[in-house]
Amino acid sequence: MLRPRIIPSLLLHDKGLVKTVNFKAPKYVGDPINAVRIFNEKEVDELAFFDIDATVLNKEPDYVLIEKLANQSRMPLCYGGGVQTVEQAQKIFSLGIEKIALSSAVIKNPQLVTQIADRVGSQSVIVVLDIKKKLLGGYEIYTHNGKKSTGINPIKFAKELEQLGTGEIIINSIDHDGVMKGYDMNLIDKIAETISIPLTVLGGAGSLSDIEKVIERHGVIGVAAGSLFVFKGPYKAVLINYPTQIEKNKIFEINNCGNTE
Amino acid sequence: MITLIDYGVGNIFAFQNVFKRLDIPTKIAKTHEDLSDAQKLILPGVGAFDYAIAQLNNSGMRQKLDDLVLEKKIPIIGICVGMQMMGNRSDEGTSEGLKWIDADILKFDESLIQQRTKLPHMGWNDVVPVKNNPLFVGLDKEAIFYFLHSFYFKCNNPEDSIAVSDYGVPFTSAVNADNVYGIQFHPEKSHQYGEKLLHNFAKL
Repeated sequence: MLRPRIIPSLLLHDKGLVKTVNFKAPKYVGDPINAVRIFNEKEVDELAFFDIDATVLNKEPDYVLIEKLANQSRMPLCYGGGVQTVEQAQKIFSLGIEKIALSSAVIKNPQLVTQIADRVGSQSVIVVLDIKKKLLGGYEIYTHNGKKSTGINPIKFAKELEQLGTGEIIINSIDHDGVMKGYDMNLIDKIAETISIPLTVLGGAGSLSDIEKVIERHGVIGVAAGSLFVFKGPYKAVLINYPTQIEKNKIFEINNCGNTE
Repeated sequence: MITLIDYGVGNIFAFQNVFKRLDIPTKIAKTHEDLSDAQKLILPGVGAFDYAIAQLNNSGMRQKLDDLVLEKKIPIIGICVGMQMMGNRSDEGTSEGLKWIDADILKFDESLIQQRTKLPHMGWNDVVPVKNNPLFVGLDKEAIFYFLHSFYFKCNNPEDSIAVSDYGVPFTSAVNADNVYGIQFHPEKSHQYGEKLLHNFAKL
């Protein structure tokens, strides 16, 4: 049986790793290559890296760093940040990345999904949507690290992305980012009801039980977290951590996912 | 020595790293000359079927590979799309496959997948050996592997299937006919289990 995926999500900024709160106040948490090594040891399901500088500074992806990350990684890697063209996506694949996450470029030109999927196959084209609650209800997609509003409704857009051949959608809640008080379950419900391609949710996990709540409700789903896997304790000391296979199996067993006998 | 076929598709370095840890020498082949001393071959693959076939056909290595695989019977393992290319054809495209194994590549039937998430088949799944094949020596039933695909390998000779996985339908996740091997999952991204399997291939 296919298992849910529990995915550390790491932010690249100035060649280091950082963690934000509500997409602001990046705090340095360590060296990305070292983090990959530690997550290798912990046998992580999948690892996601997002370069939060590339789009806002209008930079090319840092291919040298991406190659180093891919070389070190013994688990599937997703890279996002600054990918605007088919050529860039192709180059990143050739460095050994399995999944490419697109964001602002797709908001501008949704057809980019189809163009990249034709080259690398749908299964590797991921779209990340940064989503904020609207004051009077509903949700809206933002880009440029939560600074630019787009006026686009994420639920409608997710459906469109599915039809264009997207392999997976990651929804990232700006309101819940770094807060560590649980996921936006309402947002997750709304998107999950809309699409049948894989969905990964990000933003808000403060404990394994927050992750379990999502799996309990949605079964096979990707559950990503930043702060939870890089901080420990009430004072947020930096300590990379991840559930063991036994802890994960317990969550999957209780919720009848995966053959964990 | 393991020769990694570099035709611009897939994850050469990840394989190199696994074999480095295992202390097994590797060589990257980009031209047919590079293939001349091959003892064991890996055909990696990430991406769309037609694109991968076109890349291999345009690499200048196709003819030499046909010779090594079909005439000289050099052991070769195809990974993911690399496995699918070894069949006759794919629902994903219009190109002819390599036809090293008698199989067709079919799209999963979404109506048979019970959960809400349908395709691609993405994540960690069980791989159940159905034959005593050296590829799976020492891998216990706890072993799980990482999958990322929407099409599956359907053997026309069922005895070629050496392991199955389940995604709506049971499908062949590992295949072996003579010197030709294929696996649908990514051993280079499947931690200790994938490393064990690649080690087994190196020891064949």
